[in-house]
Amino acid sequence: MERVAFALIAALIVVSGIVVVRHRNPVVAAVALAFNLVGVAGVYMLLRAQFVGLLQVVVYAGAIMVLILFVIMLLNLIEEAEPHPAGTFQRWLAPLAAVAFAVTVGSGLWRSTPAAFGAAPEGFGTASSVGRELFTRFYYPFEAISLLLIVAMIGAVLLSKRRLP
Amino acid sequence: MDWIGVLISAVKIVVVFSALMGAVSLMTWVERRLSGVIQFRWGPNRVGPWGLLQPIADGVKFIQKEDIIPTDAYVPLYLAAPMLAFVPAAFAFTVIPFGPDVVLFGRTVKLVILDMDGGVLWGFAATALGVYALVLAGWSSRSKFSLMGGLRSSAQMLSYELPLVLSIVAVVLVSGTLRPTEIVARQAGSIWNWNVFGGGAQLLGFILFTIAGYAETNRLPFDLPEAEGELVAGYHTEYSGMRFATFFMAEYINMMTSSALAITLFLGGWQLGFPVPWTGWPLWILQILAFVAKLAFFQFLYVWVRWTLPRFRYDQLMNLGWKGLLPLSLGNLAVTAVLVAYGVVGK
Repeated sequence: MERVAFALIAALIVVSGIVVVRHRNPVVAAVALAFNLVGVAGVYMLLRAQFVGLLQVVVYAGAIMVLILFVIMLLNLIEEAEPHPAGTFQRWLAPLAAVAFAVTVGSGLWRSTPAAFGAAPEGFGTASSVGRELFTRFYYPFEAISLLLIVAMIGAVLLSKRRLP
Repeated sequence: MDWIGVLISAVKIVVVFSALMGAVSLMTWVERRLSGVIQFRWGPNRVGPWGLLQPIADGVKFIQKEDIIPTDAYVPLYLAAPMLAFVPAAFAFTVIPFGPDVVLFGRTVKLVILDMDGGVLWGFAATALGVYALVLAGWSSRSKFSLMGGLRSSAQMLSYELPLVLSIVAVVLVSGTLRPTEIVARQAGSIWNWNVFGGGAQLLGFILFTIAGYAETNRLPFDLPEAEGELVAGYHTEYSGMRFATFFMAEYINMMTSSALAITLFLGGWQLGFPVPWTGWPLWILQILAFVAKLAFFQFLYVWVRWTLPRFRYDQLMNLGWKGLLPLSLGNLAVTAVLVAYGVVGK
């Protein structure tokens, strides 16, 4: 059952990922990215991390992607006029990077022995357990991120308030 | 695998979905009749007794209408948009508990389709995905009016999601859980225990949630995405027949879900709020009826507000959202946090 669900979700993620990269129409690409993000939320759900999965849908698919779509529509981008020209630099680097990545992941997979996950601890993936981890073990990184977000927010306000010449 | 459990879930889904669709078609009639009462005219009263068969006549009419696809429309997204409106709306309703745990033939059946730990978030995630339908319908129609409607709706929903979520967070703080069934269980006993009153001291939160809920469902006085006077019909200007009807149904289901969430979070869900001498099946039937009665009251409120308040102007809408509701809901959250920290309300 879980395997079937994973296969479906994985197919959704891969296909929507390809559409994001390949499709000429930016709105379609944005919608495919939304499907992709919902698919990743599905993977979280399969891993019993339901709180993270739900947040993924609320934050990424529900808020950030809508903003991106909003901007695309405001700019009225209908279609990419012509395929993006691949520079000579890119033309050589891209396949090399792809092969290097595939080799790294593949060798890792090859060497490891398949093993089942250990039993999840009581209350794994619920909001309360995630919250406890955030405010105990990951307290300092968590606070650092909140500081970073505030800086970014103030920056955005400053940039938008700057008078244009 | 527990086949009987699967069967029970399937039955629950079918029953709840049919009840929801029945309520939607009834609501299309109720809205027009009530509008008639408020405006001192009749409303549809010809088809069947009191015009009750009007929704069926409407359905037949919608099916017969020509399905128009504009020449310039971006067809795949144009066809997908009504479905994207309908599915999340129906999804969100799955986490709403509509009755207590019931013992049937020696099995305990929970009267909620999906009883999950992050249920409140689930309901919220589903409604957040509903924005796509409006945006995509507006964009893919390739019409000025539709595009303006789609843009307005996305701006409006993003702005009003914030006060909506912040007022939900205050309830979650008070309840100490994201599970809707537990939030409802905490509000047992007298009416005073409901979150809107002494149970959570969330009267302000309830008012903010209701106002933001009206904006999220695009109902008057916040129906700018489809303001007839300016935008013909907003994002669904180009839609006809059953595709238009799907948008229409999605709007009504969204109204139901939004009110059901308000009931669950603030008004004690299916709790009666007063003691009754019965136990067993008379009690839980009464409790389901209490849920239905609360839902019906909210639907009445929607129509009442529609003919009482005029539509906002766009800048007024944004001012109200960002300068009125958002600071108020932030303040409400801060006050609630202090109250919970000092043990005045909550567990």
